[in-house]
Amino acid sequence: MNLDFSVVANSLPYLWKGMQYTLQLTATSAVGGLFFGTLLALARLSSIRLLSNSASAYVNLMRSIPLVLVIFWFFFLVPLILQGITGAERPPQVGAERTAIITFIMFEAAYFCEIMRAGIQSIPRGQVYSAYALGLTYGQAMRLVILPQAFRNMLPVLLTQTIILFQDTSLVYVISATDFVGAASKIAQRDSRLVEMYLFVAAVYFVLCYGLSYMVKMLQRKIAVIR
Amino acid sequence: MNYNWNWGVFFQRTPDGDAFYWQWVAQGLVWTLAVSVVAWMIAMSVGALVGTIRTTESRFLVRFGNAWVELFRNIPLLVQMFLWYFVIPEFIPPLKQWMIQTEPAYAQFLAAVLCLGLFTSARIAEQVRAGIQSLSRGQRNAGLAVGLTQAQVYRYVLLPMAFRIIIPPLTSETMNLIKNSSIALTIGLAELTFRSRELGEYTFNFFEAFTAATLIYIAIAMSANRVMALVERRVAVPGYIGGGK
Repeated sequence: MNLDFSVVANSLPYLWKGMQYTLQLTATSAVGGLFFGTLLALARLSSIRLLSNSASAYVNLMRSIPLVLVIFWFFFLVPLILQGITGAERPPQVGAERTAIITFIMFEAAYFCEIMRAGIQSIPRGQVYSAYALGLTYGQAMRLVILPQAFRNMLPVLLTQTIILFQDTSLVYVISATDFVGAASKIAQRDSRLVEMYLFVAAVYFVLCYGLSYMVKMLQRKIAVIR
Repeated sequence: MNYNWNWGVFFQRTPDGDAFYWQWVAQGLVWTLAVSVVAWMIAMSVGALVGTIRTTESRFLVRFGNAWVELFRNIPLLVQMFLWYFVIPEFIPPLKQWMIQTEPAYAQFLAAVLCLGLFTSARIAEQVRAGIQSLSRGQRNAGLAVGLTQAQVYRYVLLPMAFRIIIPPLTSETMNLIKNSSIALTIGLAELTFRSRELGEYTFNFFEAFTAATLIYIAIAMSANRVMALVERRVAVPGYIGGGK
């Protein structure tokens, strides 16, 4: 068999476009997932039964079904929901790229929720009490005292989860969105150069993820709080 | 939201007329379970081996184990699936020959099982290493002092303890494996998620099909959880927190 990597060199601009979408999807979902995940974590820890139960139900549901199935669910569900909201006559065309962003935010929120919950629970209870004693409201205590520390403690885990998310975004392939893998597989099938293309994709992911997780490890050592 | 639910769709006949749609779902479930079980066995045995050698004295074996884990952890599972199905056979002509001649489902099954098994083995290796390293040094030394060989210390002292300690993370790896088996649909294996999407495409009853698949995945996750909890209770180490008695 003869390998010919010129197919990769020739399609670099297209692959880069795919990679840009992958990075954009990763960043948006990480930020959005962290935001909603933190809200979910607060809901799970709330003393209001209804709130904590529905938050745990959501998190457990998301964590017990495969991401591929979640992607399919949202791919068909999002247009219907939008139609319900806007009252349009026909379901609007949303497109795979935009549905994917909504899907990943909703899905990652469940995982970030568990990380943030662990982070919040790692803070000594005395901190909450002293915040209240100073006259802070619940919202202020969380925003100014608890969450910053929880976030700091969990930063390495949050970043590791983001690296996993970066890998998982490749699954938008199943709804034919053109991310990095999607772009590569389109070229690979057009030129029937699957071997070269997929080897290249694997190498790119490996270098990026290995480098990033090495940096997370360094960061972890640097920010470790001496107790 | 206006969507006409039609749960009767599962009892309609498929286009070729010799089956009902619910049988598609059942066949998908069988593939999901088959892939998961075989991949789990590969993952556990390779993972135990790789995890063990990462705790040995040999610099070479430790390096090899680390490289193994990094290799499988830093490439997306989807890409690994493509590598096993499209790329690796190109370098092994007899394998490629077999994959062309045999039923497509068998070729897909082989690729999926190897991919998921080795991917999960890296994650289990990480847990096994952590489990062994969590044991006090005295256990290994005591084993050696009573005259056991290095291999015997692992076989009779360290691994039985380590495996009991890491049952909770192994449970979640098992569930991840079952969920990850859905990625085999990208190489055409007709497992549960594949079948439910296919059912949706044939009948336009997407949400009924996805609901069925979702419920089945939840049921699998819950039973896997139960089984592992039972195992955990049976093999709990007395004297540890959570070890009971």
